[in-house]
Amino acid sequence: MARAFDFPGGIHPPARKAASTQHRIATAALPRRVILPLGQHAGQPAEPCVEVGQRVDTGTRVAKAQGLISADVHASITGEVVAIGSYPVPHPAGREETCIVIEGDGIRDDWALLPSLDWRRADHATLHARLDASGVVGLGGAGFPTQVKARVRERNAIDTLIVNAAECEPYISADDMALREHAADVLEGARLIAKLSGAQRIIIGIEDDKPEAIRALERGIAAGQAHPLPISLKPFPARYPSGGEKQLIKRLLDREVPSRGLPADIGVLCHNPGTLLAALQAVRDGRPLVSRVITLTGEALARPGNVEARLGTPMNELLATAGLDDDRLARLIMGGPMMGMELSRLDLPVVKSSNCLIAATLDELPPPPAEQPCIRCGACEDACPAGLLPQQLYWFARSREHEKAELFNLFDCIECGACSYVCPSHIPLVDYYRAAKSEIRANAFEARKAEHAKHRFEFRQARIEREAAEKEARRQARAQAAKRPTSMAANSTTSAAESTAQPQPATADADLKSLRIAQAAAKAAVRKAEKVLARVSQSTSHKGQPQGQSDGEIEDLEVQLATARENLAAIEARLAAAKDAAAGTTQAPTPPSRSADTDQERTP
Amino acid sequence: MLEWINDHGILAAIFALAGLSVALGALLGYAGERFRVDDDPVVERIDALLPQTQCGQCGYPGCKPYAEAISQGDVINKCPPGGDATIAALADLLGREATPLDGEAQDAPRVAYIREDECIGCTKCIQACPVDAILGAAKHMHTVIADECTGCDLCLEPCPVDCIDMIPRDDDAWQPPLPAGPGHRPTALLITSDRAQPPHTPRQEATHG
Repeated sequence: MARAFDFPGGIHPPARKAASTQHRIATAALPRRVILPLGQHAGQPAEPCVEVGQRVDTGTRVAKAQGLISADVHASITGEVVAIGSYPVPHPAGREETCIVIEGDGIRDDWALLPSLDWRRADHATLHARLDASGVVGLGGAGFPTQVKARVRERNAIDTLIVNAAECEPYISADDMALREHAADVLEGARLIAKLSGAQRIIIGIEDDKPEAIRALERGIAAGQAHPLPISLKPFPARYPSGGEKQLIKRLLDREVPSRGLPADIGVLCHNPGTLLAALQAVRDGRPLVSRVITLTGEALARPGNVEARLGTPMNELLATAGLDDDRLARLIMGGPMMGMELSRLDLPVVKSSNCLIAATLDELPPPPAEQPCIRCGACEDACPAGLLPQQLYWFARSREHEKAELFNLFDCIECGACSYVCPSHIPLVDYYRAAKSEIRANAFEARKAEHAKHRFEFRQARIEREAAEKEARRQARAQAAKRPTSMAANSTTSAAESTAQPQPATADADLKSLRIAQAAAKAAVRKAEKVLARVSQSTSHKGQPQGQSDGEIEDLEVQLATARENLAAIEARLAAAKDAAAGTTQAPTPPSRSADTDQERTP
Repeated sequence: MLEWINDHGILAAIFALAGLSVALGALLGYAGERFRVDDDPVVERIDALLPQTQCGQCGYPGCKPYAEAISQGDVINKCPPGGDATIAALADLLGREATPLDGEAQDAPRVAYIREDECIGCTKCIQACPVDAILGAAKHMHTVIADECTGCDLCLEPCPVDCIDMIPRDDDAWQPPLPAGPGHRPTALLITSDRAQPPHTPRQEATHG
């Protein structure tokens, strides 16, 4: 066996995978009606690009990616778009989301394929564009757009590609079955992604309870010896959650992903076998992501197994084909029993991240017992694979001490559920962490919003001030212009006026001086704001950070810069007015000098 | 020189100290000018805790003026949009007693919505908006940029045809609820069935690999 390192904690729940691995992957019957949610991936929902009534072929793009992190959605059957509207989607709270509904006749299946590409010859831009146009996202459950992940080498040097075939959660066997049947294609897909990311080697991490998949991979590796990229297969004993990205990297490479960091920060990229297969099919066959392998299992099914189903297929159709016994069904779960979500209804569509459906009976997954008080036994700390202190986090989450929770690295929790599994008091620890995390995020969002509103308010104040100052300057200039001819004509009569104006120069001088100082300060503020804006926009364009956040930040800085400019313009207008006044009183009629740069600076 | 110092010890000391005071005084004076902090840092910190709706419900024209007033000794319970959370944070920062809110607390964040059919394009709400979140021109329909709206209500008053509504903010983000605590059945926990046999402890596993 290849050398494997270890991560802390972990648990051994019964695998229960045998039921769904008895038969080959079946192809589900073509559905007559599919519901395609626009937000099947991480990031921004896609935007529909078809109209109701339009005919589409299988593989026609029906929704376009929006923003940096997003993915296209493609028609998964041939037929007509019959509706675009809100429909229930798989969601822990049973929410509705915008979906595109397509109806076909259940027989015709015309494909709109893209031209085939040879990934060995095609350049990176072409391959990126193809992944982009194929809507491929991570099929392991998180649904992160593959195309975004493939671009990672623009900011991090990648040396290793890890194929995450651990599939450690009970019940799920979709990756296992895909590897048994398509090992060579998965390896080919891995080579493709390795080429795009610049990885020098490929490591396949797999739990040793999948001997058939391991044998298939060994054969595939032996057959592909001609390829220069080294591929190594590393089986290791099964332990939940060895398929967690960070845990797998620790186990295979003995590298630790930094707190709140990404695997790319330490030169590693992780991909699920199903994703690699989909990426290869997108490039080699020009086939967008319109179907996925999904495990149908649970004791309420007469014929559990894996099926390749079109996206958007109603789950009840798949379950009916698998022999669902409605009377025995107690709860339907999408995903695994540890990290999945319970669904409130059966007619929800299969989405890109649905890797497993468990139709469980009451005996199989009974409802959880009531939560008991924490007895501080510390079992959760032994089980935590991220090396956190679940018990401390629990207290902080319960009492809403968010700062302390963050200090104890709440955000490094991978929500694997190992702590809840071992808790003798049946405390749903992960639920506490999820709630706390989302509250912290919401608070941070509110704080950013408040800061933004503040800057806009300041900008408005500055603008009003500038307008008032300019108005005043214009008024004074007019007054001067009106006064000048009379003072020129009757020079002798102004002595009285002069004597009253005599004490003014002193105060005017002081005014001028303080205005000049203010002008210098305002100029400095403008320069500083410009510098900060330039620095931030440069660093974000380099790093390509999650977009929404950096966008907001830049917008905010732009508002601040505009505010500084408004301030400067206001002071300059006032300064010009003061100069005019001073000039008028000292009998040197210079033309009103609203300096040219006032006008320039005014428009941000 | 040395001799003179020896002879007039007291005088020398006085001169030395006087010289030192002058030099240090000049240095301090210079530093005071050079590194002067224009804004009162306490005001900034108070301002950071306020919700920045700029609604004026505290009686001041914006959050910053109220922050200044608080630092001058005004009470800390005049901010309805901030609610009890803001009062608690302010009490914490200033070491004062947290007093109950003066006025009615707002329940949910809201945004202004202009019924565009009824808008006559008078621009009065545009002038009232503290954060420039209303778009429009004279005799043209106006509309609210929902993302920028702070829900301050200031546009309601000036509208001559009452075509502005405050509607709940459409926050798409679903938040998982905090579990009810001991004694209640958790709603979302999935893993329970496998607990008949005691789970392995990782200590037994330490030899793996």
